[in-house]
Amino acid sequence: MKQFMVFVRKEFYHVFRDRRTLLILFGLPIMQILLFGYALTTEIKNAEIIVVDHAGDAASQQLTTMITASKYFDINSSTASDQDIYKAFKQGKVKCAVVFPTGFGNDLLNGQVAQLQVIADASDPNTAKTLTNYITAIVADYQQQVNPTANIPMRIEPVTRMLYNPELNGSMNFVPGVMALVLMIICTTLTSVSIVREKEMGTMEILLVSPFKPVYVVLAKAVPYLALAMVDFVIILILSVLALEMPVRGNLVLLFFESTLFIISCLSLGLLISSVTRSQQTAMMVSMMGMMLPTILFTGFIFPLENMPLPLQLISNLLPSRWFYVIVKAVMLKGLGIGVVWKETLVLAGMTLVLLTISIKSFKTRLS
Amino acid sequence: MDTVVLENISKSYIKNAPPALENVSFSVKKGELFGLIGPDGAGKSTIFRILTTLLLSDAGKATVAGYDVVKDFHQIRSCVGYMPGKFSLYQDLTVEENLNFFATLFGTTISENYALIKDIYEQSAPFKNRRAGKLSGGMKQKLALSCALVHRPEVLFLDEPTTGVDAVSRQEFWDMLKRLKNEGITIVVSTPYMDEASLCERIALIQTGHILSIDTPDNIVAAYPGKLYALRAPKVHLLLPDTRRYAGIRQCYAAGEKLHIAFKEDGKDHPAALLTYLKSKGHQTVAIEEIRPDIEDCFIEKLSNPQ
Repeated sequence: MKQFMVFVRKEFYHVFRDRRTLLILFGLPIMQILLFGYALTTEIKNAEIIVVDHAGDAASQQLTTMITASKYFDINSSTASDQDIYKAFKQGKVKCAVVFPTGFGNDLLNGQVAQLQVIADASDPNTAKTLTNYITAIVADYQQQVNPTANIPMRIEPVTRMLYNPELNGSMNFVPGVMALVLMIICTTLTSVSIVREKEMGTMEILLVSPFKPVYVVLAKAVPYLALAMVDFVIILILSVLALEMPVRGNLVLLFFESTLFIISCLSLGLLISSVTRSQQTAMMVSMMGMMLPTILFTGFIFPLENMPLPLQLISNLLPSRWFYVIVKAVMLKGLGIGVVWKETLVLAGMTLVLLTISIKSFKTRLS
Repeated sequence: MDTVVLENISKSYIKNAPPALENVSFSVKKGELFGLIGPDGAGKSTIFRILTTLLLSDAGKATVAGYDVVKDFHQIRSCVGYMPGKFSLYQDLTVEENLNFFATLFGTTISENYALIKDIYEQSAPFKNRRAGKLSGGMKQKLALSCALVHRPEVLFLDEPTTGVDAVSRQEFWDMLKRLKNEGITIVVSTPYMDEASLCERIALIQTGHILSIDTPDNIVAAYPGKLYALRAPKVHLLLPDTRRYAGIRQCYAAGEKLHIAFKEDGKDHPAALLTYLKSKGHQTVAIEEIRPDIEDCFIEKLSNPQ
């Protein structure tokens, strides 16, 4: 036991004396969370827009003001002519244009169908669709204001409610995914590199020619990184609550338990990588590149898994991060308990157990 | 029973390539200082790795302190000290941290066996808060030796401990080994430096995975066939091709500033005849004298005439 503690202490020396390791350990999670939380979002804010007003009446001006007031649009020019629209689109200055025809206000007040044209740059279809939806929503809002009692026969009015995330905050979806990504990368990279470093430096030879059992070498390597990954998890959690306004609705203890499970599965993966690689560089490449891409693709926080072809969906089931993501979303955002996520927890625990067993078994008691 | 025994050990890393070791057998008595002498690539490190249970041999049997290297590898790992060829301590840990770590790993403390490492460790004590990576070559090796000794092993395996170490530190290192031998520790040490061979009690000359001979350094030198001469001249490198062309020459090679030569058969007139021959080739100032062969001469002799 004393040997074990001394080994663990030695691992902490390695970590705290190496600037590169510290950077990966603490710089990476902070950077990733802020990057995904602030910079990478699918929301569109302050899109440039052109308004061509042939009507020039009260109605068209009120609508224009409403569009300007929304956080989604910035008016590029409100006095443009029809020719300016295509010029602006070609120059890429604007994403969207709204054209009020002559007599827009009259048509509206006289109970006729008032039309307005919305033109969007559909070379980026998602953006175009989102922008036209915003405009449609603003127009519908205006219509309500002007004539709240409009009696249109047989009208269906869908009333939507955005559960758990009423403001449609994009980082809600990202943060649990980034948590999985960051923990995965840190745990696999640092453990695999730290073991391979011992091989490369030759210290593994001395460690093996000692009464300290090889299985303890594996465990003594894993324990410090488990502790450090937990610290990382706490940092990510604090950052996402304070900076990204994420709620933690569920049980914190459950959240920590699930994260511990996930971290152990990632550590085991790192141990596995270390027993098949010989140089620190390969270990780093395999754990960074080999783990990052599948995690981004198959966890479901960027590309919805439901839309993938069946074979890819099956592959995604093999990733611990996919299950962890579902669990974190359920616990953090929906405030659900173990009663709901027990199935995912069981899968994650099973994977952890299998990975840990394989990695301990595959650790060599001799060189080569 | 001898402390270290190898019987017909063979090992190859790549199939169909020449083996790293072929039918290697030797044994080391308890308390002996045994040297493995051979150039790089001779198979010295492979022998160490098989004896320290780090590698499995393809064929043959070996025991260390009575334990089988395959079956009883746990016992062997507790009772030997091993210093690999490459400096293998933690460069980012200080001298003291390294020693403490290895002491604890072997289930002991620095103070328990301090008497054994005192001489060695005290030399590095002024640097005990310095990172191991920042030590000089000689200090590194002394620290590595301290770490390998801290649990008072029965057998000490030292793989090229003096490679890359300055002459003074090398001498000090060998003095330490002698003191350790007097403590009753069996020591197997390898070196590519032939001049260090005479510091061992018994040596094995090894080349491309084969043992050329095993004996005390004196006996190996005494077994040198015939006489050995040294040729001196202002420009030795010009002398070499002409001397080699001389019909009676068996061996001729450069050794520092001199040429070492041996004749096919010993005879009183050979040296004089050679000088005459060399003069006829235009080498005027050549001196010849008989010298006592050293281990290197014996090694070269064994290489060209393996029994």
